[in-house]
Amino acid sequence: MTATEVPMSAAGNPIGFGRMMRKEDVRFVRGKGNYVDDVNLPGMLHGAILRSPYAHAKIVSIDTAAAEAHPKVKAVITGAVLDTLKLAWMPTLSYDTQAVLATDKVRFQGQEVAFVVADDRYAARDALELIDVIYEPLPPIIDAKRAMDPGAAVIRDDKEGKTDNHIYDWEAGDQAATDAAFASADVVVVQDMLYPRSHPAPMETCGTVAHMDKVTGKLTLWSNTQAPHAHRTVYALVAGLPEHKIQVISPDIGGGFGNKVPIYPGYVCSIVGSIVTGRPVKWIEDRSENLMSTGFARDYHMRGEIAATRDGKILGVRVNVLADHGAFNAVAQPTNYPAGFFHIFTGSYDYPVAHCKVTAVYTNKAPGGVAYACSFRITEAVYLIERVIDCLADELKMDPAELRMKNLLRPEQFPYTTPTGWEYDSGDYPRALQLALDIAGYPALRAEQAEKRANGELMGIGLSFFTEGVGAGPRKHMDILGLGMADGCELRVHPTGKAQLRLSVQSQGQGHETTFAQIVAQEVGIPPEDVEVIHGDTDNTPFGLGTYGSRSTPVSGAAAAVVARRVRDKARIIAAAALECSPDDLEWSSGRWSVKGDPEKGKTIQEIAMLSHSNLELPDGVEGHLDAQAVYNPPNLTYPFGAYICVVDVDKGTGQVKVRRFIAVDDCGPRINPTIVEGQIHGGLVDGIGMALMEAIAFDADGNCLGGSFMDYLLPTAMEVPTFELGETVTPSPHHPLGCKGVGESATVGSPAAVVNAVMDALKPYGVRHADMPLTPAQVWMTMQGRPFRTDMAIE
Amino acid sequence: MQTPPPFDYERATSVEHAIALLERLGPEARLVAGGHSLLPMMKLRLARPEHLIDINDLVSQLAYVRVESNELRIGAMTRHADVLASAVVREHMAMLVDAERVIADPIVRNRGTIGGSLCQADPSEDLSAAFSAAKATVVIQSASGSRNVAARELHTGPYETVVGPAEMLTEVRIPIRPGCGSAYEKVERRVGDWAVAAVGVCVWMQGATIGDIGIGLTAVGATHFCCPEAEDALRGKEPTEENIAAAAALASQHCNPQADQRGPAEYKRHLAGELTARALRRAVARAAGKDA
Amino acid sequence: MQITMTINGDEVSRDVEARVLLVHFIRDQVGLTGTHWGCDTSNCGACVVWLDGTPVKSCTVLAAMADGREVRTVEGMEHADGLDPVQQGFMECHGLQCGFCTPGMMLTTRWLLDHNPDPSEGEIREAISGQLCRCTGYDNIIKSVQWAAAHAREEAVTS
Repeated sequence: MTATEVPMSAAGNPIGFGRMMRKEDVRFVRGKGNYVDDVNLPGMLHGAILRSPYAHAKIVSIDTAAAEAHPKVKAVITGAVLDTLKLAWMPTLSYDTQAVLATDKVRFQGQEVAFVVADDRYAARDALELIDVIYEPLPPIIDAKRAMDPGAAVIRDDKEGKTDNHIYDWEAGDQAATDAAFASADVVVVQDMLYPRSHPAPMETCGTVAHMDKVTGKLTLWSNTQAPHAHRTVYALVAGLPEHKIQVISPDIGGGFGNKVPIYPGYVCSIVGSIVTGRPVKWIEDRSENLMSTGFARDYHMRGEIAATRDGKILGVRVNVLADHGAFNAVAQPTNYPAGFFHIFTGSYDYPVAHCKVTAVYTNKAPGGVAYACSFRITEAVYLIERVIDCLADELKMDPAELRMKNLLRPEQFPYTTPTGWEYDSGDYPRALQLALDIAGYPALRAEQAEKRANGELMGIGLSFFTEGVGAGPRKHMDILGLGMADGCELRVHPTGKAQLRLSVQSQGQGHETTFAQIVAQEVGIPPEDVEVIHGDTDNTPFGLGTYGSRSTPVSGAAAAVVARRVRDKARIIAAAALECSPDDLEWSSGRWSVKGDPEKGKTIQEIAMLSHSNLELPDGVEGHLDAQAVYNPPNLTYPFGAYICVVDVDKGTGQVKVRRFIAVDDCGPRINPTIVEGQIHGGLVDGIGMALMEAIAFDADGNCLGGSFMDYLLPTAMEVPTFELGETVTPSPHHPLGCKGVGESATVGSPAAVVNAVMDALKPYGVRHADMPLTPAQVWMTMQGRPFRTDMAIE
Repeated sequence: MQTPPPFDYERATSVEHAIALLERLGPEARLVAGGHSLLPMMKLRLARPEHLIDINDLVSQLAYVRVESNELRIGAMTRHADVLASAVVREHMAMLVDAERVIADPIVRNRGTIGGSLCQADPSEDLSAAFSAAKATVVIQSASGSRNVAARELHTGPYETVVGPAEMLTEVRIPIRPGCGSAYEKVERRVGDWAVAAVGVCVWMQGATIGDIGIGLTAVGATHFCCPEAEDALRGKEPTEENIAAAAALASQHCNPQADQRGPAEYKRHLAGELTARALRRAVARAAGKDA
Repeated sequence: MQITMTINGDEVSRDVEARVLLVHFIRDQVGLTGTHWGCDTSNCGACVVWLDGTPVKSCTVLAAMADGREVRTVEGMEHADGLDPVQQGFMECHGLQCGFCTPGMMLTTRWLLDHNPDPSEGEIREAISGQLCRCTGYDNIIKSVQWAAAHAREEAVTS
């Protein structure tokens, strides 16, 4: 259905796919959003967390007497107190355990040690200073590469029989076949690279208001979680609270980006605080807590190897990864995939063999790793393949666009099974790459670069081509903590023809209140302004695993299409009953079932809604009302893709990088609301520029976190990014009811490599093939001197 | 969010009142103007004054830019945004406009004051180097009157100045001399960050030669935020590329940058030289009437 | 101490400790939660309000400093007969996604357009460079500002 065919509603909105203003915006521009810190309940108290200054230390004693004596303090909770409730430790989403409040030791700087509940946030903060903790520092493990050294301090000595810092080994692909391909290849390029620890840093930090009502026994949690149902189930399992008496309400959320998927100690402490005091307890972390203790992203030390023929045909890729998981393995990803979807590193290219091995270790740093729009480690995978392919281009003295075009999968090869077992559903890669090259004016850029190089000026052009796998996922293969990743959806059409759609996925800014209404509009013909989308409240929405990994459109969007079609099909039967004909006699057009060949004789969906609630006699076996419900189990992921080109100018004297242009061609199948899709892409491109040029959480040798504030963890402002040039191709997914693929994370996944490739391209005259992100002015300049430095450690 | 510890609050109605309050309340009292250095430190509980004396009402007396007695005089309560926007400042000392453009961000500049920045005395404070380069003087007032101190003698160490516990910096005076051209060059990792390194240069040309020169260095541990060695090497000379390079090399040598996440010392040292050369070229071009 | 200020034209008076930050006064004491906070170091700008007609980061201003002064928050942007063009522009041009940085962005925009009715793209980027957004990538915020500039109210404020 093209844009010109979509009918418009009386309010001027497309009754289906197309551009329209977002329905949710009015409350936000009027300052009437309802975020967690806006929630105020009668008698509400405030919680604050005392955190460890040490990366690794024994706790000798904790004296809370002075804090408890503070006139405004209502409770002080320590690990010892939680221990009596068997809540000092909680399970993580990766089947490890994480301390809620430290008992024996602290294992990262910023780890939670005590929880204070007080009348107001100022008093709570004051009370933290009254808690006296005596620590006995232990040698910290900071460098992941040293975590497995013989004799290294054992971080997880809470685990019986644990004698080292190893978490797991995991591999994918065919090692023997891959090694054979490498052994006989003309050319092998090896490149080590770090994807530094970074952080999603949404503008709103994590928090919760916990209210255990002693009279009703109901626990209500306002929590800015991306996965309210999953949280509810975990609380029931962990705290032994009856699940039907727990309600998790995700109100408006100020950005998620994966940061708000895990259950954090602060949430558990607020619940306990509410139980202990009998009053609601609010806990909202500050920014330093967010950066130092909540789910970080990446921290993958990768060795990528690529084998090829001398004329540039890729023969195989192999990767070794050292994964730094911090002190607890708390990543959120499907159970069968401890390294997430990293094994999609084979990328968008046609070659028969590949192998990867991932070794995960503990370090004395905050837990996490899967976050920041990574699509479960696809950011790491795409960075790896797009960097090694550029390194290969450099080795072969071949243009990186030409090398990619030569090796991209061709449309006729889809559905395509990769050497590591992914089944890509659809794609036309060369077309997307060509479009990006055309928008960029690639030959002219190379000509300009040649001229500038002759003048001693540094200009770089970097490409990145990515394939994403989003929409987890088929329940047989994909579950988190045993909960299958299938999502429910319910559509109810009221007698007067207005509708309510209840989703399992929760928006953190993606515009679900609009896009899902547009899906219903498309399928059922009810204008989007007449469809209310309800999400985020576990009492009022069907079960689902939540919003992350770009899964909303692929999974919930599919579910919405399915329920809408069920409603439409039921509407046909009711219309037939009203028109006294057979349902087969009817055809559907623009929200109306009418008799084939006699269009005057028909019923609009609104008329059918009223009829379905009326005294109209319905055929046997057909129930009244106009509702439907579905649980969608996706048969596969969807595979959006894109081609990105970044143009940079580097100041030779200072190393400063200016991103002059960024061209992004994305293919996520049909776009429900192109404006919203473009907005998602803009946001992700800035993420990539941020990670490539300025974002990293480093540590010094003592384990002090060097990225614990926005003075240190730098996010791009409007001055550091260009106006983006976007392009689009549309290759529908064959298995998705709407043909749609996810898109929320594509730009974050694809862009860092484009920027890094551009900077390294600019620095070609200096003969250094690789430098690790972030490519700050210092890193660029040092690279020009031939000495790029490690970006995960303190600069000496 | 981090919150400050408790303190008592007073509002000063005049300079004299502020000074009297400082005297009465003693060393645990601090003046607060824009507050964008002090309040963040209090929120992190790194600074814990018992008394805050709010001097924001003194804008009526102390926020001004004027030319008097061959000096550009800027009141201590002048907000960064107003220095940035001042045509008078741009005319006489464009370097200050350059510097203000890259100090903090536009919203912070609406509150921060030049007096506050100077007295905070952060080793990365741009204005400290700029005023050193301009060979400015500051006026410090106390109950017994006022005294003038050369900008180059204001700072005694990181976060330390000669402004006494019951004294207040009220004005900065920049000499206006003929043949002046000035410029400020800064490298920052991102808008709003402290400088990795920055250099401010003022030249006062006498014909084709540099009659006098001031070179201020930010964030590289330069004593009194300046480099007399480089200045001496250029005074009386023509600003040829060779002489500029020599001066830049001296600036690079005569500073003491510390490694941090902004970069290794080697890089900062390089920047001290590179930015000295750039600021020099632009200052000389501006002295010749070219808008650089 | 007793603090009295005018917020969005209404006089408000509360008894608070001297250390209470303006952002907390506005949100917790007065209940206007449209102003947000997002960091500890005066970087993010989610807390931007107008103080005596000038945008400031309210997390770095004491409520006491605003005693006797005028404050304008996002709730005070709309007019009796409808939204301000800036608010409308942000909706028209998809200048917001999660909405958390939006009040601050809009207040800075309003101030910018009041003083520079037809800003260049560079001037817009610079004007909002003290404020962070994690969702929009800034492109559509700039378009929103340009829309508002092109659709000024009849009775546009010029001072």
